Amino acid sequence: MTIAELFQKPSAWAKAEGPHRQIVLSSRVRLARNLQSFPFPGWAKKADRVRALEVMRPAVEALPEMAERFSDSMDNVSALDKQALVERHLISREHAAKNVGSAVVINAQETLSVMINEEDHLRIQAIKAGLQVKQVFKLIDQVDSNLEEHLDYAFSPRLGYLTACPTNVGTGMRASAMLHLPALVLSNQINQVIQAVNKLGLAVRGLYGEGTEALGNMFQISNQTTLGEKELEIIDRLHKVVLQIVEHEENARVLLVEKKPRLVYDQIGRSYGVLCHAHTIASKEALNLLSLLLLGVDLGLFPAATRGIVDELFINSQPAHLQKAAGRKLTAEERDCLRADLIRERLADVGRPVMTGPEPVGDGEESAEEK
Amino acid sequence: MQCDICHKAEATIHLTQILEGKMLKVDLCEACAKAKGIQDAGASFLMSDIVLGFGGGEERPVDVPGLRCAGCGLTEADFKKTGRLGCAQCWETFATGLTTLLRAMHKGDHHVGKVPGKAAQTLVIQDRIKELAEELDAAVRAEKYETAAGLRDQIRELQSQLKAASK
Repeated sequence: MTIAELFQKPSAWAKAEGPHRQIVLSSRVRLARNLQSFPFPGWAKKADRVRALEVMRPAVEALPEMAERFSDSMDNVSALDKQALVERHLISREHAAKNVGSAVVINAQETLSVMINEEDHLRIQAIKAGLQVKQVFKLIDQVDSNLEEHLDYAFSPRLGYLTACPTNVGTGMRASAMLHLPALVLSNQINQVIQAVNKLGLAVRGLYGEGTEALGNMFQISNQTTLGEKELEIIDRLHKVVLQIVEHEENARVLLVEKKPRLVYDQIGRSYGVLCHAHTIASKEALNLLSLLLLGVDLGLFPAATRGIVDELFINSQPAHLQKAAGRKLTAEERDCLRADLIRERLADVGRPVMTGPEPVGDGEESAEEK
Repeated sequence: MQCDICHKAEATIHLTQILEGKMLKVDLCEACAKAKGIQDAGASFLMSDIVLGFGGGEERPVDVPGLRCAGCGLTEADFKKTGRLGCAQCWETFATGLTTLLRAMHKGDHHVGKVPGKAAQTLVIQDRIKELAEELDAAVRAEKYETAAGLRDQIRELQSQLKAASK
């Protein structure tokens, strides 16, 4: 399939249901693999990279999971399309900078993507909606075993899968879950949670992975280490920790609605108001407001069908997606205008939030005037 | 606590550095710290340089080249610059320094996860048998017969696994 066909629809997996889907947006596992007899991509001369690519690409394309796929060399992908692939989490920002000698292969459902000649020869990535790290690992493990029959992996009995960076050696695996935690942020508990998670040997990152900020109350939790622990032990630990965070977030939501309904309804109502009436809006602000709208859906203030619209806007309001929809390069100001137009249009049929239950004045606490 | 570099003297200098979101810890004795040119905590250095033995810079005579990978030509200086290795063989070339680095950044210093294919699986089991045999030797010498018996059973189990795999 062409890249245009790939972008025609939102990612198929994102529409699927999954356990704890309200809070766990997605589960992802990536494996780093290298070939024994070629220098690693970052150090290899162009000719070596191209030769390694010629060995790997047919093997990746032959995977049964890749029967229906988008596959292209990175020098054939336009800068805008590369950016859009990053926005869909299908390639890394590092890979977007690659050209001749690198390629990407993505299946039609966008559940499996393989970056060829990123930092390592192969970066295999699988994704599913909801908390499904174990299932995602099963899928990617199968893909990896299949590839290994056709490719000569760099592997040492003592150190495991050899990678370009020492931080990935061993399993070469990074497992992660993307969590939406608005209530933990609103109730100022998020830093405590992040610290606790860090102590358990897991990293907390922003929406686009390493070195990115937490936009739209989205946090990515992933394993820090890859050596000295079995894949399933790592997966299991991540799964358990994510379940605990989900519970914390759920409790925080209940508590917020109970103790500070005015704060919650105010935040959600304002977000709805701004999103429905803005005529220019920056990406960052849009993400943060859409996050609160999503919280509103979860709390039953909007019809359930609103979730799909908000999920889609999360992706379609991103810079490259806007420019692809417009069919041309846009300035930041033009993007902000188009983003606001798109959001207004998509939310046109979503009614005002319906606040339920008693709504005590002064947030349930005595206000200064009452004292 | 022993020094991470000479593995002999008591470590009295403990350094922690956050690098690319990873925490690196290294414990050094006074002599090694001085040799690596770490006198005060405020000095700017990269932990990887220290543990990989690349530190100091000026202390190494210019005409003595550092390690260079025979497989891909990557040198210590290249690794120091990028933090990335050049090929599979680099892992052997720079093994000594990397082991310390890996201990500092990971949960363990050897792989216990997935093993590709039958051939590699055999390799791993053979490796493990060798390790266990050494432990068995030591246990017998120390007259720890209960431990020795346990190790012997483990070795037998692995040997039968090897036999089964080769059929």
